[in-house]
Amino acid sequence: MNLFAHEVPLSWYLILSAILFSLGVVGFLIKRNLITVFMSIELMLNGVNLSFVTFAQQWHEVKGQIFVFFVMMVAAAEAAVGLAIIIAVFRARATLAVDRIDLMKL
Amino acid sequence: MHLILFLLFAGLCLAGAINLLLQSHPINSALSLIVVMTSLAVLYLMLGAEFLAAAQVIVYAGAIMVLFTFVIMLLNASREERTLGSKAARRVGFPAVTAILAVIATVILKAQGLGAAKLSDGLTDAKGATNLEVLSTVLFTKLLLPFEVTSVLILIAILGAVALASHDGSKTERTGEQ
Repeated sequence: MNLFAHEVPLSWYLILSAILFSLGVVGFLIKRNLITVFMSIELMLNGVNLSFVTFAQQWHEVKGQIFVFFVMMVAAAEAAVGLAIIIAVFRARATLAVDRIDLMKL
Repeated sequence: MHLILFLLFAGLCLAGAINLLLQSHPINSALSLIVVMTSLAVLYLMLGAEFLAAAQVIVYAGAIMVLFTFVIMLLNASREERTLGSKAARRVGFPAVTAILAVIATVILKAQGLGAAKLSDGLTDAKGATNLEVLSTVLFTKLLLPFEVTSVLILIAILGAVALASHDGSKTERTGEQ
């Protein structure tokens, strides 16, 4: 493997984005803190964004990059509202542990 | 050169993501998420998305993560309790995630016609047109309406965040009426 190669196969970028997405899903499943669960969702969004940018490069189309731009805007709005909800939940239940926030559990 | 940069920043990215899962204190997870997002910005740069690389640093690593650290500080979030969590998540979740990752990886590796990324590659073949020019032309002509609608979306998000997080109950109702 030539380390000074001037190009990298795009499939490596796609594999990286798949791994990031899977790590996000795993974090969503195993983390017990509300804020960390939310951060795992951001990690998933970032993994998907990377694959959008990779395909924009593959097809020489600018639409993929524009899509990522809009995803970033929506993620910013989502983070603001989500963190406000977390503050409201903390005020009502005085905990961030997802196991204790179980009002809707059967 | 591209390969070295890719290996370096992809490694940083994966290390940050794994560290996010291993840390038990939310502030450590937030800091490793900043590492992930910043190294992703470098990867965007290598894929010919200069504007997105800048936006990634400003919006994600800047604004969103500042918001996260601010909330962690505000709520004085402590170390998470080590509970077993849900058994279904462990028994079904991990095999499912592994299977999905394996399927995606197989599809990607078998895919025909995937090219390679060069550092000098642009989105356009035209002489003198940069990626930023191409992107802004499409964004401000064809997609002007969606672009303007996002500003309304963000305005609504700000109002919603203020209404949700405002301390006083009666104040919340008044903000909701506006």
